[in-house]
Amino acid sequence: MPPALTDPMQDLALSADNASTPKRGGKPLRQHLLDAGPIVGLVLLCIVGTVLNPDFATWDNAMNVLTRTAFIGIIAVGMCFVIISGGIDLSVGSMAALIAGCMIMVMNWVAPLLGSPVAAVLVGMVIALLLGAAFGLAHGVLITKGRIEPFIVTLGTLGIFRAYLTYFSNGGALTLDNELADTYGPVYYGAWLGIPIPIWVFLAVAVAGAGLLNRTRYGRYVQAIGSNEQVARYAAVAVDRIKILTYVLLGICVGVATLLYVPRLGSASPSTGLLWELEAIAAVIVGGTALKGGQGRIVGTVVGAVLLSVIGNILNLTSIISVYLNAAVQGFVIIVVAFLQRGRR
Amino acid sequence: MSLSVRFNEVVKDFGPVRVLHGVSFDLAPGRMVGLLGENGAGKSTLVKILSGYEPLSGGSLEVDGVVRHFASSREAEEAGIVLIHQEFNLADDLTVAQNIFLGRELRRGWLLDEAGMRRAAREVLQQVGLDIDPDTRARDLIVAEKQLVEIAKALSRKARLLVMDEPTATLTPSETQRLFGLIARLRSQGVTIVYISHKLDEVERVTDEIVVMRDGRFVARGPTAEHTRQQMANLMVGRELSDMFPPRVTPPPAEPLLSVRHLTVPGWARDVSFDLHPGEILGFAGLVGAGRTELFEGLLGLRPRSAGEVRLAGRAVSFNNPREAAHEGMTYLSEDRKGCGLHIRMSLQENLTLMDLDRHAKPWLDLRSERRALEKAVADFGIRAGSLDAPAGSLSGGNQQKLAMAKVLQPDPRVVVLDEPTRGVDVGAKRDIYFLVQRLAAEGRGVIVISSELMELIGLCHRVVVMRAGAVQATLNADHLTEEELIAHATGTH
Repeated sequence: MPPALTDPMQDLALSADNASTPKRGGKPLRQHLLDAGPIVGLVLLCIVGTVLNPDFATWDNAMNVLTRTAFIGIIAVGMCFVIISGGIDLSVGSMAALIAGCMIMVMNWVAPLLGSPVAAVLVGMVIALLLGAAFGLAHGVLITKGRIEPFIVTLGTLGIFRAYLTYFSNGGALTLDNELADTYGPVYYGAWLGIPIPIWVFLAVAVAGAGLLNRTRYGRYVQAIGSNEQVARYAAVAVDRIKILTYVLLGICVGVATLLYVPRLGSASPSTGLLWELEAIAAVIVGGTALKGGQGRIVGTVVGAVLLSVIGNILNLTSIISVYLNAAVQGFVIIVVAFLQRGRR
Repeated sequence: MSLSVRFNEVVKDFGPVRVLHGVSFDLAPGRMVGLLGENGAGKSTLVKILSGYEPLSGGSLEVDGVVRHFASSREAEEAGIVLIHQEFNLADDLTVAQNIFLGRELRRGWLLDEAGMRRAAREVLQQVGLDIDPDTRARDLIVAEKQLVEIAKALSRKARLLVMDEPTATLTPSETQRLFGLIARLRSQGVTIVYISHKLDEVERVTDEIVVMRDGRFVARGPTAEHTRQQMANLMVGRELSDMFPPRVTPPPAEPLLSVRHLTVPGWARDVSFDLHPGEILGFAGLVGAGRTELFEGLLGLRPRSAGEVRLAGRAVSFNNPREAAHEGMTYLSEDRKGCGLHIRMSLQENLTLMDLDRHAKPWLDLRSERRALEKAVADFGIRAGSLDAPAGSLSGGNQQKLAMAKVLQPDPRVVVLDEPTRGVDVGAKRDIYFLVQRLAAEGRGVIVISSELMELIGLCHRVVVMRAGAVQATLNADHLTEEELIAHATGTH
């Protein structure tokens, strides 16, 4: 092991502008600007959108964008925990697709047995959450007890989950029975106080996530593990258990996102949830969480998710840049954000 | 061959913080200078400027009478100035030969001249007295070997001025001897040497003169022979140092608090038995690789154990991880502060309370109660921090160490194991830590101190267990114990 540190100047490489600042308190200005970066970006984007098309700044459009963001946003909140702890999960899109397929099959099957579409939908929702938790548990156990890189484990399950959905659906689509679809529909299309249900759920998940991350032992341990796993282990943190739980939490988030998504189309096909993993990871990164773990913020993640879907929305509403280039614009944004954040850690 | 250097009013700012306030002195060619100062005195920054790792913010640097601005360590190396880092700069996955030639590989046409590099590497390794295959991967070297490879690397760069920053921090006495022999040879070849060390006895032995810095300023210089160690220490801290060690207090007789029998950690320690009593400070001495750290890592479940029985306060225990140990009232401070001890990027508060979050969770974390714990620890442990919101990495080495100690004491353990508690810590902070350790024992805790500094073990502990090659060689009473006796047991020449 290297000899211990003996001079504060040695640390400059680690904490570029924070090291040996005996006089100053709090964060430097630059840090504040970077922390506020995603929200500033979002505000600027909204101004641009309003200028380009007056339809952008309408209530309906805002609700539309936020409702669509909800799926990715909810998954991104879970992803935020996994990334802060130093892990990654590439399988969430496939997982969502498989959970959607399983939900639909189970609901179609139990509806006649139970005789009540409402009960069938409730069973389906419970199935979604249980499956998400179970898949997350499997990831966590393989990663910690099996000592396999999270990238590898979830790359494997990315293929496995989607293949099973394709197998169950015979390559086509699994569709929810009409009566069930009508019962289930309001979960996506309904609103409370004029705000669509998915937005409320998104909000609740984000608030719960922020509380968990910043104000509980668990959240502190997650940050400690991502910052330096070895130090955390020596400090009597139950590293494996905490890490497994981050994947379980993410799995449950995927379950929640899926149970909101299913009533939207009432079907699942091999293209369901395609590339969701990248959008979720991008939202976390754009929100200011470092991919190598340690620190991150739920608020940033939420803003990141909204920011990415606002870009798509503006491209849809205007004709300056082709809507086919949506993914390209998002890609540029991710790279620019990463560029601005470089040297932060 | 020799090279002279003059610092002219050198100023260095990191952001708004000035760490060097116009330092001026010169280094005569072919001399060996001991650069002394407490942590944060600016020694490392100054030698980083000299060797091209940091630009200066004001003043100038003259090499052989010419003003130079090294834009990189490479330029400094071309001028013959090489810094051997306190922390190793070896790429773990490359071989020793590849490391030695990293950045200036020998080539034959378009291809690397592997054979030539291997040959040349073997030569410099021989010069430093290191008998290893140049194809060994750096990862597989022990710490002392890495240190010697760093020196070999510097030699292969034809250094005319060599800066050594704490070169012996991780060396055993015999390896230190070998290093001193090497230094003597280099000096006879006319290499100017700047030697930074906290070990004043070494400075006294090997340097021609000393330069003392304090708080980013030049304080004094003079021939080494004209200063006693006490005087050097006083110059460094800027005040008189009273006795380094607290008076020894004999604990009242009692049943053992920790009782270890026949503990075996495969590959590291075998059949180790010892007792620790309440109020006792038990030292563990031994050479690097004697298995002291690994023994306790095994005890805490960080490494597999194959045999042994451990009783804590009379109860048989078998820890699978540090968490279980902490619950039973035993905590461990790692020797590797940055790798296992502290989260350098996290705040003081988050570091301090990590092992004892249960006390601050109701169930939501009570940040104010955490802050109170931090304020208490800062007062109790004498942690000097500019801002309580700063990351742990912004503290000086000594204060980081005090924070790390405060952290492992948060769960109020009955037994605390301190592994190299004063490594890389300056004289003033060392004394503070000794008094803290004494206080922990006086509170009735059992304290285990693993240390490579023999004086520390003799001055601080009640008894010292000496380990050699994984086995207990002797358990000695620290009264009337001498360094020679300890070394004899540790090396097996008793």
